[in-house]
Amino acid sequence: MSENAKSLGIGDKIMIQMQDVNKWYGQFHVLKDINLTVRQGERIVLCGPSGSGKSTTIRCINRLEEHQKGNIVVDDVELNGDLKNIEAIRREVGMVFQHFNLFPHLTVLENCTLAPIWVRKLPKKEAEEVAMHYLKRVRIPDQAHKYPGQLSGGQQQRVAIARALCMKPKIMLFDEPTSALDPEMVKEVLDTMIGLAQDGMTMLCVTHEMGFARTVANRVIFMDKGEIVEQAPPDQFFDNPQNERTKLFLGQILH
Amino acid sequence: MSTHTFKPDLPPPNRSIGAWAWMRANLFSSVFNTLLTLLALYLVWLLVPPMIKWAFLDATFRGTERSDCTPGGACWVFIKMRFGQFMYGFYPPELRWRVDLTLLLAIVGTVPLFIKAMPRKAIYGIAFLIIYPVVAWVLLHGGVLGLDAVPTSRWGGLTLTLVIASVGIAGALPLGIFLALGRRSEMPAVRVLCVTFIEFWRGIPLITVLFMSSVMLPLFLPEGMSFDKLLRALIGVILFQSAYIAEVVRGGLQAIPKGQYEAASAMGLGYWRAMGLVILPQALKLVIPGIVNTFIALFKDTSLVIIIGLFDLLNSLHQATVDPVWLGMSTEGYVFGALIYWAFCFGMSQYSQRLERRLDTSHRS
Amino acid sequence: MSKSIGTSGSLINDPRARAWAFQILAIVVVAALGWYLFNNTQTNLEHRGITSGFAFLEHSAGFGVSQSLIDYNESDSYGRLFLVGLANTLLVSILGIILATVLGFVIGIARLSPNWLVRKLSAIYIETFRNIPPLLQIFFWYFAVLRLVPGPRQSLSFFDALFLNNRGLYVPAPVSADGIVPFLVAVVLAVVASIILARWVKVRRDKTGRGFPLLLTSIVLLIALPGLAALIFGAPFHWTVPELKGFNFQGGWVVIPELFALLVALSVYTAAFIAETVRSGIQSVSHGQTEAANSLGLKPSRTLRMVIIPQSMRVIIPPLTSQYLNLTKNSSLAAGIGYPDMVSLFAGTVLNQTGQAIETIAITMSVYLVISLSISLLMNVYNKRMALRER
Repeated sequence: MSENAKSLGIGDKIMIQMQDVNKWYGQFHVLKDINLTVRQGERIVLCGPSGSGKSTTIRCINRLEEHQKGNIVVDDVELNGDLKNIEAIRREVGMVFQHFNLFPHLTVLENCTLAPIWVRKLPKKEAEEVAMHYLKRVRIPDQAHKYPGQLSGGQQQRVAIARALCMKPKIMLFDEPTSALDPEMVKEVLDTMIGLAQDGMTMLCVTHEMGFARTVANRVIFMDKGEIVEQAPPDQFFDNPQNERTKLFLGQILH
Repeated sequence: MSTHTFKPDLPPPNRSIGAWAWMRANLFSSVFNTLLTLLALYLVWLLVPPMIKWAFLDATFRGTERSDCTPGGACWVFIKMRFGQFMYGFYPPELRWRVDLTLLLAIVGTVPLFIKAMPRKAIYGIAFLIIYPVVAWVLLHGGVLGLDAVPTSRWGGLTLTLVIASVGIAGALPLGIFLALGRRSEMPAVRVLCVTFIEFWRGIPLITVLFMSSVMLPLFLPEGMSFDKLLRALIGVILFQSAYIAEVVRGGLQAIPKGQYEAASAMGLGYWRAMGLVILPQALKLVIPGIVNTFIALFKDTSLVIIIGLFDLLNSLHQATVDPVWLGMSTEGYVFGALIYWAFCFGMSQYSQRLERRLDTSHRS
Repeated sequence: MSKSIGTSGSLINDPRARAWAFQILAIVVVAALGWYLFNNTQTNLEHRGITSGFAFLEHSAGFGVSQSLIDYNESDSYGRLFLVGLANTLLVSILGIILATVLGFVIGIARLSPNWLVRKLSAIYIETFRNIPPLLQIFFWYFAVLRLVPGPRQSLSFFDALFLNNRGLYVPAPVSADGIVPFLVAVVLAVVASIILARWVKVRRDKTGRGFPLLLTSIVLLIALPGLAALIFGAPFHWTVPELKGFNFQGGWVVIPELFALLVALSVYTAAFIAETVRSGIQSVSHGQTEAANSLGLKPSRTLRMVIIPQSMRVIIPPLTSQYLNLTKNSSLAAGIGYPDMVSLFAGTVLNQTGQAIETIAITMSVYLVISLSISLLMNVYNKRMALRER
């Protein structure tokens, strides 16, 4: 993909604005002055050593973690203690987890229709149509009536993506979506994510899949010790890192 | 190439640390939570001060007679005067050192089992299990080696409780292991026999078992043969408890991966060797917490022997409270008894929980 | 040919032959033991002059019972006495199960409260009561607490309706009046209406996605319809409040001290175990499930109802059932304080009177066995149906 293609479809609207965000776990300072602006249609990959705060950063965006200092504005709604705002933001932000977190007591279809029915108040039939649409997109419509436990890891993660998409979110967060998968299943999940990116979804993705970052992302962010150390377009990030820490990290994961 | 200078770690903002922050997060995080806290505090205020007042402030500790006690508070004099009976029952006071020695030997003897670095633990353990009961019987019952005989009808109090519980578990353990193996056997007849046995005992209350052993057992025996009441109760307790042990052990056997069974038979080990050398040592280690929990249940269940007239701890307490001299001391008596039972059971359950956590981590790797 | 020579020579080493031999041996040993015991018993019974059999069930019992749910008097038969005991056992068990469940769930949930104090108090409750033998707890309530309670003339009164004295707990009892029939009809109507409404709400939500305050409406219906019936047709029943007459209370229902002590002790004891079951059941649902539900925008109450409870109930129900069985079996501790349950009446008094040890104990045991085995059978079916489908 050329630079042009990469910046294609990026709008002017700011979807996520993080300003001097700080967070502590007890005495431990996990996020230090995080500043991040994400525009509509941007695809951002966060990488960094474990414990660097990348998962915490994206989990702050839908308030799975509470930040103690700074501002976060998502889709023009400020994240503060107000429950209404939190609910409003969660409706618009989809999330995919490392361990899928599918509901094991519900079928694949029920997993996908649960939130549309109870949160979006869609009629059941309509919710099922939406669900089938997205299950087709992740290429597992035939598994709709099975239970999550009956599927492979890759299939489960694709269901999790479909489940998030059924809420028609404006932003998708991915928290290491392929780390818990067997190697042969990584590709099917990444392909799904690439498809999503091509449709112009705003995406933030914590991942160590550097191939994915190179082809899909239009910005790669490197975090270490709770700070954003470097951010750059992928070509520049991988071929000409500006920072010593980044170089060291890339050297470790790219062999 | 630039070098990133990391910002220093800052302490969290004041409002998220310290006693106030802790209280806000843990006691007053919402209106509902604040109400709960107030309700809980009210409950504590309602219960705790009167209890402390009764048990300590207004209580009488000194003295030897009922008349020494002031009304309103607890009369611990009662416990003090009857302490010997609660501990030893009617065991002759001048021979009580034998009970103490038996207990001391049990403690000293089991200590090496808890030392991690102890070599040949299993052999030591088995030797202990064979030798100790003989020593304990000689000491407690006497009649040999120049020791005066003390019939079991004079045993009582906590001593009897401990005797029933430990004999019960020691007898139930081997029987339970065989039953568990039998239940998982590939021989249908053996399996059916074991399942029937286990489900029968698990389906009925211990009281009916004790009734049975006290009235039916004599009927089962050939004429003229009879056992002592304690022994009859023990037989009932062992049979009853073995069914529960069997289920615990079965859980352990099921947790051993199939590969272990296959590996053992691939090495050419026969059934008993495979079980004895490979499977059981692993399975039993896994189920130690379960066995301890069964033992706790048994320890509490020993109190049921009051129904067939044995003088265990609970019965000693009960008899003391109906003594006309000390009438009206039931609360003190039962509270004291509850404390003893509680201390044993709580101690053991803490131990089994610690073991469980340790086994848990060692398995996760 | 050569093969068969090998095997016939070493039948002991053929695993299948050995298995057969072992099983036959096992059956023979068990049968022999059974025959031996049976034989001994026969001789013993003959010598004691006891005729075995169940004929004694027809004989008149000749003694009274302090609490009976069915009509019973001294001249009734042992068979009827058995039914009295069985009913009393079931009464304690069912009431105990209800109380223990309510208490246990409240404490189990409190064990996971975000409130530190509530969490600690429930932990103390659990650790205290599950480590004290239930029989001691029964004795404590019966011999220590209820003996401290004053006699009928100085009864502790609660709102002038409930009275506690050393003869038991006296509670008001409803007595049916003129309006009872319309009232019951109204209750039935309200229940039916609520069910129909629930169906309709579901259909409408499936069709349009719109919600409806079902719970609230049902509660209003359940109060309003019977209330209306009572207004139009007169009170459905009036309460007879216990009243002190002479030396004791008359009217109302009485919970005899034995039942009271047994019920309180068993519920408090079992609740501690149920609370642990509930706690571990809820904790067994991983935090990721809550996070996933949250991230989909589900409200906390909805998350609880659609995600947490369905999953934790699968974990809770099997051990909960075994706690119910334990409570039922522990109700036999009634024998310790003389509450007339099946064990103390039948395996205690009747056995002593008739000497029919084998018959009485066999009958008592079989009742428990029937209860235990049928419940575990049901549980197996439930587990099979509820097992999460996995690859």
